[in-house]
Parts: sequence; structure tokens; C-alpha cells
Amino acid sequence: MTQAELPTSAEVMAIPTTPPPHHPEKWKWYDYFTFNIDHKVIGIQYLVTSFIFYLIGGLMALAMRAELATPASDFLSPDLYNAFLTNHGTIMIFLWIVPASIGGFGNFLVPLMIGARDMAFPKLNALAFWVTVPAGMLIMGSFFFGGAQSGWTSYPPLSVVTANTAQSMWILAIVLAGTSSILGSLNFIVTIWKMRVPSMAWDQMPLFCWAMMATSILALVSTPVLAAGLTLLLFDINFGTSFFDPAKGGDVVMYQHLFWFYSHPAVYLMILPIFGIMSEVIPVHSRKPIFGYKAIAYSSLAICLVGLFVWVHHMFTSGTPPWMRIFFTISTLIVAVPTGVKIFSWVATMWGGKIRYNSAMLFAVGLLAMFVFGGLSGVTLGTAAFDLHVHDTYYVVGHFHYVLFGGSVFGLYAGLYHWYPKMTGRMLNEPLGKVHFILTFIGTNLTFLPMHQLGLQGMPRRVAMYDPQFQALNQLCTFGSIVLGISLLPFLANAIWSWSRGPQAADNPWDAKTLEWTTASPPIIENWEVLPVLTEGPYAYGEEPAEASANT
Amino acid sequence: MQGTIESNSDLPTPLVETHGDAIDHGEHPDLRVLGLITFLCSEGLMFVGFFTVFLVYRAAAAAWPPEETEVELLLPAINTVILVSSSFVIHLGDTAIKKGDVAGLRKWYIITALMGATFLAGQVYEYMTLGYGLTTNLFSNCFYLTTGFHGLHVFIGLILILGVLWRSRREGHYGTEHHVGVEMAEIYWHFVDVIWIVLFTLIYILSVL
Amino acid sequence: MKQIPAPLWTLTIGVAVTLLSLWYGQNHGLMPEQASEQAVLIDELFDSMVVMGTALFLVMEGAILYCMIQFRQRKGDETDGPAIEGNLPLEAFWTAIPTILVIGLGLYSFQVFQEIGGITPGHVAHDHGTMIAQADDTPLPGGLSESGKGPLIAENSVFGLGAPLENEDTAADLQVNVTGMQYAWIFTYPEGNIIDGELHVPIGADVQLNISAKDVIHSFWVPQFRLKQDAIPGKKTALRFIANKEGNYPVVCAELCGGYHGSMRTQVIVHSPEDYQAWHDKRVAQTPAVETIAKAPADLSAEEYLSPYSQEMGVNRDLIANLSLK
Repeated sequence: MTQAELPTSAEVMAIPTTPPPHHPEKWKWYDYFTFNIDHKVIGIQYLVTSFIFYLIGGLMALAMRAELATPASDFLSPDLYNAFLTNHGTIMIFLWIVPASIGGFGNFLVPLMIGARDMAFPKLNALAFWVTVPAGMLIMGSFFFGGAQSGWTSYPPLSVVTANTAQSMWILAIVLAGTSSILGSLNFIVTIWKMRVPSMAWDQMPLFCWAMMATSILALVSTPVLAAGLTLLLFDINFGTSFFDPAKGGDVVMYQHLFWFYSHPAVYLMILPIFGIMSEVIPVHSRKPIFGYKAIAYSSLAICLVGLFVWVHHMFTSGTPPWMRIFFTISTLIVAVPTGVKIFSWVATMWGGKIRYNSAMLFAVGLLAMFVFGGLSGVTLGTAAFDLHVHDTYYVVGHFHYVLFGGSVFGLYAGLYHWYPKMTGRMLNEPLGKVHFILTFIGTNLTFLPMHQLGLQGMPRRVAMYDPQFQALNQLCTFGSIVLGISLLPFLANAIWSWSRGPQAADNPWDAKTLEWTTASPPIIENWEVLPVLTEGPYAYGEEPAEASANT
Repeated sequence: MQGTIESNSDLPTPLVETHGDAIDHGEHPDLRVLGLITFLCSEGLMFVGFFTVFLVYRAAAAAWPPEETEVELLLPAINTVILVSSSFVIHLGDTAIKKGDVAGLRKWYIITALMGATFLAGQVYEYMTLGYGLTTNLFSNCFYLTTGFHGLHVFIGLILILGVLWRSRREGHYGTEHHVGVEMAEIYWHFVDVIWIVLFTLIYILSVL
Repeated sequence: MKQIPAPLWTLTIGVAVTLLSLWYGQNHGLMPEQASEQAVLIDELFDSMVVMGTALFLVMEGAILYCMIQFRQRKGDETDGPAIEGNLPLEAFWTAIPTILVIGLGLYSFQVFQEIGGITPGHVAHDHGTMIAQADDTPLPGGLSESGKGPLIAENSVFGLGAPLENEDTAADLQVNVTGMQYAWIFTYPEGNIIDGELHVPIGADVQLNISAKDVIHSFWVPQFRLKQDAIPGKKTALRFIANKEGNYPVVCAELCGGYHGSMRTQVIVHSPEDYQAWHDKRVAQTPAVETIAKAPADLSAEEYLSPYSQEMGVNRDLIANLSLK
């Protein structure tokens, strides 16, 4: 019934069931504020920290939507508006989705899923978390200097001539976050490669680990290039170099290439771990094996590989020669294939299942529904000819919020609802979770769907003032964003209250098969007293129907 | 229900503290060398980024390097010889410790450190005598940034070697079996060396051709 | 209902989805009016993508909804679903179909891209002895090539859109130099030395815009033309279009260029040939305000700089009002 069986025979009784005395039995609350090297503590540190940044970034978004309720610039000063749009993007990407999905879920789950006691390099792991803290402080501190105002893309020359101090702080913050990402990634690669429990073959590994493997490779390959580009920008701003100064022979488009060589893969850094979460959540709550394990695993790698060669689709209207625009149209469209394979496989997993509609599954299905839309609009954006019209418009804003909010954030919520019992040992309140889902689903569609039409009709992105003809749709978006803001309240109440007061969670409340459910909830400090041994695959549902019902 | 326990897994769980060190953990082999190599692959790509920028600007420029910023070749060539040979020297140190010869390790690592320091001194001397600075033009931007970034890596490598030397004072800290730190310093030093060979070819030799 | 066989259902749904998608592709009403010949081609591409997208969307969302309803857990049923782990032919099918679709889409979009001139941006007939167009030789107003100590970069390519491949050597009927700066567009007509804050073009003429930027990156966009091209400091970019509908259309800056990016708007006026000639003659007769325009805008705030010209340059009055709010 579970992927691995903890022996229940007399053998176990011979094993000391308590850890050695000088070893804390469980972490105290204050351990979570220290340089702790337990992967589970680090995972929770990542999740909580990034969630706080999510709230900060969300408040910025609400302020921007308030500004956009009217065509004139009347709520925020234009510079502050630009600072908000820059840092909203930066925070949501570098301090929320990436650290929450890779740092948070990755750290918490990967060792548990592969039967390891910790990551390969626990100290490095803690270091990777703790460098994101100064990164966050730099971002917040930059607001004392006006905040970086040139968009999260920070294209020169604008980034070189605007708010120099804040822009430099922004660059340092991103380089720190990037360093964290590189350290984390090499840790994941070595851990997954070398530390699987000996009985686990590659094709018995949960798909989340495959996704983390692909993510880590991608981060290792692309992040240094961003670091290089940002270093050049930092020198241009502060040390008088002219890498991107056209008056002295520099090339501003060079920066765009360096930036997007990282930042397009960054999109996959934000969605691949989420795909991994989906591949875990859907089979458990559909009570069926994942459909097409190999296809899903390899499509992660395919996305990782093809994703490295699509970056110019962000530059179709920039200074790019025709061959580039054509080549990158084709490569971009091809990414749709492995992504489609995943979506089809998840639907096929649900097909014929016995779907349990708890909050985790609702968010997973919500993700599916919205990612289909975001994916389709992404395909249209990938064609150079059509992109000439919609590039840098609200159509793009709508598209990437469908994949990043409707995709990544929904996936993070699904993951939180799914693994919260494992992380805290408490169950979340289901009715509150459903209210949260309904509000989020409605809010997301209200906020981001009209944006597509706005963009097609002629509203550019990153504007604080716009043509009055777009007011009605903008107000709809603003209304939606308020719903989204409210949707957080039931979740916050639920998560905070349940952490101490929720009903005790069983070791395996969902009757799932992957290894993390074989240990206690929350897991003991070294994860297992006795390392589990695999007896079946991670998704072996439906083979012993009689036993499967025994637990519930 | 066919699960079995691993024969050795009934040992008491190791201390979290020793776990953190991840040295000869007992549970898994030392993975630090593998981790370092993975890291260096990534780090190398940052240099690839700088080299790409250099090459693209070179391809686009009418004259590269522009007239007032020619590169010197003699001193860097001597420097190259020093750095490349230091890679062989450091390997002698590694070979020595594998035979348990701590004195040999110390000897060869001291020589490597001296060679590295000489390289850095030569680099500084070159900077001071070139007659142009970081901001002179696009070429000098690239030149100083790339060589400076490499120099930073040499400096870090030097500190690693000095760290190995410092630790080697303690009797029995390194031995035939325990020399991961020595190995890591060596690998890092080879990395710095390989990057320099590429850098020297691109920035110096290509600029003179 | 149970007696209706499954294939019949599939067929009915398939036909319904197809018809609905085809209908929606023609009637989505999402695009603003078409005012250029390029817009017609791009809209056809968009419409066909809407058809494909709608069909896939309906099928996928339908499948998800069907699963949600049909395969929900029934009360008291704690058993698992069937242990199906895959189906190779099915997986091959849903890998192959999207592959074929995207390759087809890629080819079609390539064709459209070629027809709107994407393959030969700013092409000049250098190889043919007779120099017809002069895109490469026209000095760009405010182009940075003059301001530096002499260009270090030897590169001279033009990015953007040119004439379609089949008439790549044809010169444009009208060339206009477009300069983007914080936060206005300046249009210079080399022929007649006209400088204006609005773009005036005759209907049906093959117009080439030589785009440059003075300070930061801007992006020239006319939603009704469906065309956009960044104005990049130090690079030459171009757009070529044929307006096919008289009227006034907005010109929008689409690349973040500073605090007042959102107010960097003006308009393009598509005249009948006679009206255009009249406008042209009138403007040639006036003394062009070249010297004043050439004054460096950096010394002045945007507001001070723009307000004297708001009348003759047609700069949006709201824009000035927005600027004043600071």
C-alpha cells in the first residue's frame, strides 16, 4: 500500500526507537530562526520567508491595480509606480516562486522522497537559504533610494540612467539570489544522483525529483550567464565602463541576450518544480497511478533542454536579425510539445480515477484548467509575426500571469495543502481551503483574463497612465485583484490557526505511496529511524484495492 | 509487504553535527568533490558569458583592440607558463599525500602558492604598466573585467591552498585516506588554470594576431 | 441516453467543437480595426490560431470537466481506480499531433513573417548598382553614430521589417525618420525637411520608417497596423507598412522608458493622397522648427520641454496634464 513498508515485525523492536540522548528530539520554534542544517527546517524557512515576500509583492500589485483603476496617474507617483512594477516582478520571481518551489518544497521533499537523511551538503544548503535573506533586505532597502525603476528586465540604457543606488542594490540582490539558486541546485543534483536509498532505481523515483533534477540543471547552466550580464551592468552603472553604452560602442541588445538567456529558463525554473508537485498531487487524490511516468520524466528534461534555446522570443521586436526571429519562433513552438505531453498525462491520470476533492486536488485541477489557457496564449506569442503586435502589451501580462499565477502559485497552494500535514503534523481546515480555492480561482480569472483583450486592443504594459477607452476593462482587473487579495485571508487564517490548533495528522493522511509518507508527521530529525526499503513504485495505486482502504 | 531492512541501517542515527560536516559520513561517500565539480561547471559558464561578450564585441568592432589599447604579450606569456606549470606542481603535492607524505604535500603546495602569488603580482604589474585603465574603451572594459575576475579566482585558489597548508600543520589531519580538502584545492586550481588558458588565447593571442 | 454509442457522441462533440471554434475564430472581436495591409495578414494568422486554440481549449477543458464530474469519488467508495500506467499508442498520438500542429503553425507564421517583410529589414539594393532606396545612408536624426568619437562598432545592419521578399529592391514611396525620446516621438520627413510630433502618411503608400532612439529604448507601436519595432540607441531599426484605411490611430511607446512611459503617445494620421499633399505643402511652406527641436531635452523637464510644442506637434493634452501632476 505504501511505496515502502516499514517492517512491523519483531526486528524493529530490536532497534533503538529513541535517538541518542544528546540529539534534540524535535526542533524548538527558535531553531527555525537559526543557521539550522536540517533540510526540513530549511525547507520551512524558505516557505515561510518566501510567503512573506509574496504578501509584500502582492501589496505592491494591489497598489498598482489601484493606480490603474483610472486612466490618469493619480494614486502613485510615476516613479513609485515603476519601482513597484519592477520590484513586484522581482520579488514574485526571485523571492517567492523560485525559493518557495525549489528551496521550500525541494528541500523539504527531495531527501524524504528518495530515502535520504538529509541533503548531500547540509551546511551549504543552510548557506543557500541565508543568502536569500540579505537579498530580500537589499530589495526592501532599495526603496529608501527610490527603488529600482527599470522593470525586472532592467534594460540599459534606462537602468543605467535611473535610480543608480537602488538599481545597484537590486543587482546585488539578484546576484545573491542567483548564488543561492546555484548552491541549492548543485546540492539537489548531487543528492538525487548519489543519495537515493539503494533500492531506488531512477525509474522508481517520484516525478517531483525528476522535475527538481531538470530544474537544477537548468539553474546551473543559465544563472551564471545572468550573473555575468548583471555584473557588466553593475560596472556600467558604478565604474564607468561602457559595455551597454552605445555612444562608446557598447551594445544594449547584448544585455538583452545575456538577460534572457537566464530569464527565459527562469520561467521553467518556476514551473518545472510545480509540474513535479502536480505529478505527485494528482495521482494521490485521483487514486490512480500516474499516466505515462516515463513521458512525464523525460518531458521535464526535454523542456529543460529546449528551454535553453528559446530566449530570443522575448526580443522579436528588438534588434534581432530575421534568422533569429525565425529560428526562435520554431524552437519556442516546440516547447509546447513536452508541456502538452504533461498536461495530457495528468488528465489521463484523472480519467477513470476516483477523484477526492480536497483543497490540494482542487488547486491542482484549477492549475490544469488555467495552464491550458496560458499555454495556448503562449503558443500565439511564440510566433514572431503575431508577437510584433502583442509584444510588451497587456496580452503578455495576461499570459504570464496565467502561467505564473494560475500555474505556479496554484501549484504552490496545491503543494501546501498536500504536504502541510507532513510539514506541521496538523491537518488544514477543509472548508476554509475550499473558500480559499473558489476566491482565488474567481479572482485570478477576473484579474488576468481581461488583460488579454486590453493588450490586443492596444494597451502597452508597464504604464501608469493609459487611454481612457481601456478604463472599464482595467476596473474589472482591479476588482479581480481585490478578490485575490481577499482570497489570502482564509488561507492565512487557516495556515496559522491549524499550525497549532489543527487536528493531529496521521503519518499518511492521504494514503499516498511515496516515501515521505512512511515517516512520522512531522518527520523526525533524521527522517527515519530505519531507512525504508522500496517494495513498489511511487504510484502503485489500484493494485491492492482491498488494502488501500484499510487506513481510512 | 516484502520490505526488508538494510543490514547496517540499524546503527544509531548519526549526530546532526557530524552529519553537517558530511565528512566520511558512513551513510554516503564523500560527495564534496562531485559537488565542487558541479559548481565549477556552473562557475565556468559565467566566464563563458564574459568570453561571449568579448567575442561578439570583437566581431563587431572595426579595430580590436583599438589603437591606444594594445595588449602586452611577453609578461602575460611568462605568467601563463608560471600558472600552467603550477598545475603540475600542485598535482605533485596531491600525489605526495596519497602516499601519506605530508612533508611532500607541504613542499609542493608552498611552491604552488608562491607561483600563484607571482602570477598575481605579475598581473598587478601588468595593470600598472599598460597605460590604460578600465574605462578607456570597450576593449579595456572587457580586458580588465575578464582578467580581473579571473584574478579574483586565482586569489581564492591561493587562499584555499594556504588553508590546506594551515590545516596540514596538524598532525594526521591529512593522510592517505583523508585528503578531500587537498584534492578540492587542486581541482579548483586546475579550473583556474584552464580558464586562464582560454582567456589567454582569446584576449591576448587573438588580439595580437 | 445510454443507447447512443460512444463514437456517435465523439463525432457530435467533434463537429460541435470544430464549428464553434471556426465561428469564434471569425467573430472574436478582440482586435482593434485593421488599418494596414500587414494587419490583414497578421490577423489571419491570429484568427487561425484562435480557431486552433479554441478547439484545443474546449477539448481540454471539456476533458477536465468530464473527469471532475464523472470520476469524482462516490460516497463511501474508498477504493482506488484501475492501475493503468500508460498507453504507448495514445501517448505517441498526443505527442505527434501537437508536433504536427506546431510545425504547421511555425511554417504558416514564417510565411506571414516573410510577407510582412521580416526577412529583409531595411534592405537596400546595394548589389544592383542603382541605388534606389537610401535607408542605410539616410542620416538618422539624433542617431548616436554622430555623437560618439567615431563608431567603434562597424556593424551597419538594420533590424525590423522591410519590403516582402519578392519586391525587396523596390524603394519605399515615403521615408520618415522616427526618433523616440523621453517622452515623445519626433517624425522627420527628409524630403521637405518637415518635423512633426505626429505621423502623417497617405493611404496606400509604401511607407518606410527609419527608427532611432535618443536616450533609452522605446518601442514604436501602432495597434491598428499590428506592427511594432523597438527604437534602440545605437541601432538602426525600420518598419515598412502600407496603410489602407483613412483615420487617426494611436502611436504608443511599448517599451518601459521611464516615469512617463505611459504618456508617450501620439497619433498617426492616414490621409487620402490629396489631403496628404495638402498637408505636406502646407508644412513645407512653414518655417521648420528644427533648431528648437534640436535643443537637448535633458536640460528641461519633460513638461517644460513639451508644452510649447503641444499645439503644433499634436502632443496629447492629457499627457501634459499628466506630467504636471508630478
